[in-house]
Amino acid sequence: MSETRKIAVTINGKRYEEEVEVRWTLADFMRQQLGLTGTHLGCEHGVCGACTILFDGYSARSCLMLAVQADGHEILTVEGIAPSEDQMHPLQEAFRDNHGLQCGFCTPGMLTTLLEFLRDNPDPTEQEVRIAISGNLCRCTGYQGIVAAALDAAQRLKAAKEAS
Amino acid sequence: MSLRTFGNRVGRIEDPALLTGNGRFIDDIKWPELAHAAFVRSPLGHAAITAIDTSAALEVPGVLAVYTAADFAPLLKIDRLIVGLPSPAYRQDVNRPVLAKDEVVHVGEPVAIVIAKDRYIAEDAAALVNVDYEILPAIGDARAALEKASPTVHRGAPHNLLAEFDVAYGDVARAFAGAPHVFRETLWQHRGGGHSLECRGAVARYDANEERLTLFSSTQTPHTAMRLLCDMLGWDEHRVRVITPDVGGGFGPKLIFYPEDVAVPLAAILLQRPVKWVEDRREHFVATTQERDQFWDVEIAVDGEARILGVRGTLIHEHGAYTARGVNLPYESAQTVTLAYEVPAYHLGVKLALTNKVPVTPVRGAGQPQGAFAMERLLDRVARELNLDRAEVRRRNLVATEKMPYAKPLKSRGGMQVVLDSGNYPEMQRMVLDAVGWDDFRARQLAARASGRYIGLGLANFVKGTGRGPFEPVTIRLGPSGKIHIMTGAAAMGQSTKTMLAQIVADQFGGAMDNIIVTAGDTAVIPMGMGGFNSRQAVMAGSSAHLAAVKLREKTLAIGAKLLNVSADELDIDAGFVHVKTRPKIAASLSDIARAVAGIPGLALPGGIAPGLEASEAFVRDEMAFANGAGAAEVEVDTETGEVVLRRFVIAHDCGRVINPMIVDGQIVGAAAHGIGNALFEWMGFDADCQPITATLADYMLITSTETPHIEVLHMESPSPLNPLGVKGVGECGVMPSAPAIMSAIEDALSPFGVKITRTPIMPSEILAAIHAARREKLRADPL
Repeated sequence: MSETRKIAVTINGKRYEEEVEVRWTLADFMRQQLGLTGTHLGCEHGVCGACTILFDGYSARSCLMLAVQADGHEILTVEGIAPSEDQMHPLQEAFRDNHGLQCGFCTPGMLTTLLEFLRDNPDPTEQEVRIAISGNLCRCTGYQGIVAAALDAAQRLKAAKEAS
Repeated sequence: MSLRTFGNRVGRIEDPALLTGNGRFIDDIKWPELAHAAFVRSPLGHAAITAIDTSAALEVPGVLAVYTAADFAPLLKIDRLIVGLPSPAYRQDVNRPVLAKDEVVHVGEPVAIVIAKDRYIAEDAAALVNVDYEILPAIGDARAALEKASPTVHRGAPHNLLAEFDVAYGDVARAFAGAPHVFRETLWQHRGGGHSLECRGAVARYDANEERLTLFSSTQTPHTAMRLLCDMLGWDEHRVRVITPDVGGGFGPKLIFYPEDVAVPLAAILLQRPVKWVEDRREHFVATTQERDQFWDVEIAVDGEARILGVRGTLIHEHGAYTARGVNLPYESAQTVTLAYEVPAYHLGVKLALTNKVPVTPVRGAGQPQGAFAMERLLDRVARELNLDRAEVRRRNLVATEKMPYAKPLKSRGGMQVVLDSGNYPEMQRMVLDAVGWDDFRARQLAARASGRYIGLGLANFVKGTGRGPFEPVTIRLGPSGKIHIMTGAAAMGQSTKTMLAQIVADQFGGAMDNIIVTAGDTAVIPMGMGGFNSRQAVMAGSSAHLAAVKLREKTLAIGAKLLNVSADELDIDAGFVHVKTRPKIAASLSDIARAVAGIPGLALPGGIAPGLEASEAFVRDEMAFANGAGAAEVEVDTETGEVVLRRFVIAHDCGRVINPMIVDGQIVGAAAHGIGNALFEWMGFDADCQPITATLADYMLITSTETPHIEVLHMESPSPLNPLGVKGVGECGVMPSAPAIMSAIEDALSPFGVKITRTPIMPSEILAAIHAARREKLRADPL
């Protein structure tokens, strides 16, 4: 039961070389073995979306992947979104300013899902945002603050792009 | 000039950590040598345990221990979780054991706990614990459970009646005897679970050096957990500390004290190693308490003008297999029915029935939404039968504003008079109707119908008891660091409790939020606390925080006056400094002031002032502050698929003075979405053997972003006279009008078919069935 493999994975720009149990999920590996507890587990059957990470730039459920599948790949988790320790990403700022979170448990998955979405669709409509996050459950906000935050973040990102 | 935060859209102090992955939730708690637990749970609704064999599990490499009830017995002075709120209504006591010994009474009941070096191994071994069960009859229907011939939920019990009581006033028999109109409705109301995104968890460590136990628990009631642990272990209070880390949503079920909250600490004590257990979602469906079924049989008597003469009926409430909270949930249902309206006579006979399912306890709203649903359905019926506008029927019966405060002839669960303290109910209804375009809707509806679309509009009023007493203590300390530390028994689970308290305190200290630290949910920092439930924390903890902050400000200014050689009334506080109002440069920092009373050996304290800068208050209020509001829903029903699309949802609410409009809107919208989900999607199903059949989030549907409309929120502020802040609770209010307004709207949309809705939730298949039934009925009555 305790067969292991050595894997190399880059998470939030940092390279990890680790011996992992072959049956461990990617989420458990990141949370328990690497201490990256920002990624949350809400259902462990792929429905709630709280554990969503960006896997080579694409959103994926880390509860439905094995750690060994991450060998040689690049991952972004919630801990890696902010550009620095004292500065948040415009999406995070928009969540704060639009009350896009209450308990904060679904937030990591919402942020990663929306990072990917806003990259691919920088000027979305409200309905497009709602569809984008329809695979992520939130029990606190009624989604309204999250939708507002996403639309606000799109504006902020656009403004930042135009400024640069 | 000091900044005022009260009433303003102030950013939350909780957010930065939560947005950057730096929150600390129960599953993030870590200690060296931490072992992991998995529970062996009953796979059956009802069975006798004849043998438990743990030998195979113990042989699995990495397994540290397997404990059953027999292993825990020597440590327990009390071996059951005695948590029922006191009431004379009980007819029997059914308290949960920590681990089942010789009988299991619901699927998911814990039977054994396996401890291993990681959770994977613990689950492997849990599957190898061999429990011999002898299947007993399981009873799942609350109505059938109360029949004389019913098998009993607990072996050897006299019956399945857990409790019974009446909520009544006035001469209801007379009201009905002379009534021109009496209408009766039989309603099935089902609500699902709380389903916070984070499941429950417990992490315990026993320190043999200190002989102390520390339990991290994702609970809404840490002080209750501490007291119950002490009671069960027979320990005194100083030996147990309960800490609530960040909590990923509560919604009711986390206010309950659970068998796992005892089993995990016991395992840590026996094993002399820290132990963590975090519930998975499957466990959450079978082991975390839920709301479920209520069966209402109610009738309303009205005069020729649709004025209510009386309401009466019966309620059978499903209690589940054990008492995990008490009779409060159906009591609140019964008490809520008539609240918003002038109802001269009322009688509801309530019975709580045991079933072989996980216990029922409050979910956001705690039975009150069901009470409102029953009343609103009756009023729609009156409107239909008397051919009156649904809003007009309500207008004629809402409690008149000039009668506020309005004493209801009702007694609360604690025996206190129910008094509606403030508000303008008819105006709230008018605000919602105006916003939703009630008066013009008929034309829109007819136009839509002409093009084959069925749209409908529904309305519901509500009054919601909030601010459950008697108290919630707050201590505030200004330390030598110059930081202000707020400590409270109130529990934060996502509803911005820390920001709320920080705002209230900041207003007395110049408005700076970044100078404030809040500890909510740690029994080591404050001796008493009740916790988070019943929309109570702004009312109770908020008021305590305000009173303590005013006191602490006075002392801060008094010390400042001594240090600066002026009188206290010449001083103000701003940006971390006490300064002279007219000469701001003459100032002392909060740090200097705290140090001045921190004591220096051999030196006198300034001007006879008592040591330290700390204030504690426990604002006491038994009466509840009644929030109120109205909601309107516009739906479109697809008569081919039965799908209901919520096109608009407007909610007007009055929670007294608003502390933070951003947070209040967030609470209203979130709760409304919860209520919408309850009405259209959530159903916790069981088969005839009491096996849950909706035990994943793919089968049990929580509302998602695409089904949730943009919810429009309207405000009114009628300050409550019952507390110094004038606030009422808000956390649960949004749930209240959702189901009744939606059902009213669906009925309205489907009025050409004559569809009547007497249930919640309603799914597409049932809507189709109702349309077909109505069509058949019509054909029978009026054949071609």
